[in-house]
Amino acid sequence: MTAIALLLLAGVYVRALAYTPVERLQGLAQKIYYLHVPAAVWAETAMIIVGIASTFYLFLKDPRLDRFAYASAEVGTVFAVLMLTTGPLWGKPIWGTWWTWDARLTLALFLFLLYVGYLLLRSAVADPGSRARFAAVLGICGMVLVPFVHFSVYLFRTLHPMPILLKPSPPSLPVSMLTTLLMSLGVFTLLYVGFVTQRYALGSVSEQLEGMGGTDNA
Amino acid sequence: MRSPDLLRHAWTVAAKDLLVEFRSRTGILSAAVFVVLVLMVFNFGRDPTAVSNVVLVPSILWVTFTFAAILALNRAFQLELENQALDGLLLAPIGRGSIYLGKLVANLLFVATVEVIGVPLVALFFNVEVWSHIGPLGGIIILATIGFVAIGTLFSAMTVRTRFAELLLPAVLLPFMILPLAWATLATTSVFAGRPLSEMAGWLKMLAGYDIVFVVLSLLLFPATVNE
Repeated sequence: MTAIALLLLAGVYVRALAYTPVERLQGLAQKIYYLHVPAAVWAETAMIIVGIASTFYLFLKDPRLDRFAYASAEVGTVFAVLMLTTGPLWGKPIWGTWWTWDARLTLALFLFLLYVGYLLLRSAVADPGSRARFAAVLGICGMVLVPFVHFSVYLFRTLHPMPILLKPSPPSLPVSMLTTLLMSLGVFTLLYVGFVTQRYALGSVSEQLEGMGGTDNA
Repeated sequence: MRSPDLLRHAWTVAAKDLLVEFRSRTGILSAAVFVVLVLMVFNFGRDPTAVSNVVLVPSILWVTFTFAAILALNRAFQLELENQALDGLLLAPIGRGSIYLGKLVANLLFVATVEVIGVPLVALFFNVEVWSHIGPLGGIIILATIGFVAIGTLFSAMTVRTRFAELLLPAVLLPFMILPLAWATLATTSVFAGRPLSEMAGWLKMLAGYDIVFVVLSLLLFPATVNE
């Protein structure tokens, strides 16, 4: 599954680079958009999924839910890193700077720090039962934080492009670019599912190992 | 849990914490000394000809309060580590919600005391007019403090028994502190710049919303952090 997704990712690149029109004002650098936006979308969504899984865990106490939350968090971290690296790479040629403390960038950074905090908490607690509970609590708080973060952006007029897709009026992208973007989003969805599935499988094996008294570095 | 009991028990827990604090007074004195230290560093770090004090004061104020809040939160559950006091607290015939609210109130009062010491000191050291803005300023400080102390109390219950507890708490708490802190600092800046209240209404609304949401959420999640 992941292999297919990675192949499709390569396919999206070809499409993005060869077949999509070059944006008028920004030139070739704008093509990073097709990576950056889906990564950002999935980084945020993964955190929400962590939160939902955590909520169910606290009610149902099923360890599989906890494992799923952990897998989603790790994959979300990867996407957040991707978002934070492609962002400045895009920003440098366009804005002339790698970083600025505008609202959306700051909040993206904090999504990343949220993930780091989650992973840190998990590694700091030894007892699996407590670990799962604490991680669930943090996951839920993280999930609730995300909408605050998202809507704060509307409150601040900033350097970062205002949303052009998920805003109240219809999307203002030309159709060919929109298609590429949606394809990229689809590919990232597959990537997310593939990675989480693999991470989940790895997680269940390492839990078994831990149960038998082996060391767990996962 | 009937409402009168919830609050009454919460107050008992808070009173216990405050009594412990009051008897030794080390906590509040260390925090006060710390505030003075931070303010002195800021004083030496600025160039009075380059930037006016009014520009710096919001940042100074909020950095000081953030550190004070983290200090307070670290000690919040440390009290319970000795002699397995936490187990004693959990065995007592009071609801988990009361324990959380009690801890929250005690932490809030501790941080509030530091803030009450800090604001006049800032006004004194940096020669800024605070009294005329005291209404909006007080409101912002109260709202923001509730915001981060609420979540901080929840998280300190989780981190207190881990290794590197004092380091882990700020690491985990950071994203949750930044939002209220950002809104509060921006609002404080506009207060000191003499802007009308309507300009900061957006931030105040976000702060209030944040407080309500996270106090309720922390109250609901707290039992999960202490139950086995």
